[in-house]
Amino acid sequence: MVVGDILELATRYRDEGADELVFYDITASPDGRSVDRSWVSRVARILDIPFCVAGGIRSVEDAEEVLGEGAEKVSINSPALADPDLISRLNARFGAQCVVVGIDSQTVEGAYHVYQFTGDPSRTRNTARLTLDWVREVQERGAGEIVLNCMASDGVRKGYDIEQLRAVRNLCRVPLIASGGAGAPEHFEAVFADARVDGALAASVFHTGAIAIPDLKQYLRGRAIEIRP
Amino acid sequence: MTNGVAIIDSGGANIASLELAMERLGVPAELTTDPEKLRAASHVILPGVGAAADCMGRLQKAGLVETIRGLKQPVLGICVGMQLLFDSSEEGDVQCLGLLPGRVRRLPDRDNLPVPHMGWNQLEFNGKTSLLNDIRPGDYVYFVHSYAAPVSELTLATTQYGDPFAAVVRRGNVYGAQFHPERSARIGAQLLRNFVQL
Repeated sequence: MVVGDILELATRYRDEGADELVFYDITASPDGRSVDRSWVSRVARILDIPFCVAGGIRSVEDAEEVLGEGAEKVSINSPALADPDLISRLNARFGAQCVVVGIDSQTVEGAYHVYQFTGDPSRTRNTARLTLDWVREVQERGAGEIVLNCMASDGVRKGYDIEQLRAVRNLCRVPLIASGGAGAPEHFEAVFADARVDGALAASVFHTGAIAIPDLKQYLRGRAIEIRP
Repeated sequence: MTNGVAIIDSGGANIASLELAMERLGVPAELTTDPEKLRAASHVILPGVGAAADCMGRLQKAGLVETIRGLKQPVLGICVGMQLLFDSSEEGDVQCLGLLPGRVRRLPDRDNLPVPHMGWNQLEFNGKTSLLNDIRPGDYVYFVHSYAAPVSELTLATTQYGDPFAAVVRRGNVYGAQFHPERSARIGAQLLRNFVQL
């Protein structure tokens, strides 16, 4: 996506009442390349809501650049798996509130497994780490928020993986954001009511206009889910 | 309205956001650690992110503690910047600026509520202040914190997270907001606008 499109989308979501935006460069990690981050300050200029940058953050210096441009948080996924101490270093430098750990997870033979390099299908691999163990470890290392992307649900629009999110919620003492599977307003209601997540992330249903954010919020408020109007 | 807002360069990660928020309001604001500029500014904002002890350490290192204590114009502490206005903080057991009485404490670990408290939450009003003009009880603002100041007679707005804590405080020219107005959409912009009009 070119910068002009990013800014247009950011403006649209701001005006529609999104509570937070996450910008993913999902190709940044597998390539081992660094990202052109000139867009971050341009987004920061427009947005009056918090936003998080994910992808290509491999060092304290990378994070410093992104936060210095005005992002609230950085989200790390593959680099945290390669170098778990990065979580601790980011926590020590910026505080837990800046450090989001993204986890891509799916069921393998009855257990949840963490996947790495999910931005590139040819390199995506099962790390053999168990998701629940990793959720514990990233908290001990100082993550301030966890985004759990349930890969089997992702892109299918049949609802969030409530069962898996519940299992993670039970041992997650920091804010937990659900990702993967949103296709209808009822899915958002279910994930808040049944998995007690702190936030629900979605991309395609908003990008395509299948769900309008103001309508979704009105729906959720009508179902007694506490959410900013 | 203003002959210049000074933002104290306390080294936190949210300073860029705050500068951009002032820019969106069309209010000139200068990031500085110069005591002369702070004294000359019409309004002073003390932002803060990270640990209270680190932030206090940076203010001490910059030789700003007495300067801030002596400011007569409106001063607004944001997030950890608000916490620093109090006598002390449990976080790192640090003595703070002592402009407001009381001790900042860790949010209670109960009701399965995640800490940090990170996200949008509602304001309830305790008192009147022009800092809250055109802001209503029940309005949502954006919080990111693990410590908070207790509710007292200086509290103008509270927020509930396990227990109620002080979301907006005031004594004389000294104001504090525990949330991040620079990231609280329309409500946050209104608070900053109200502040520079004090």
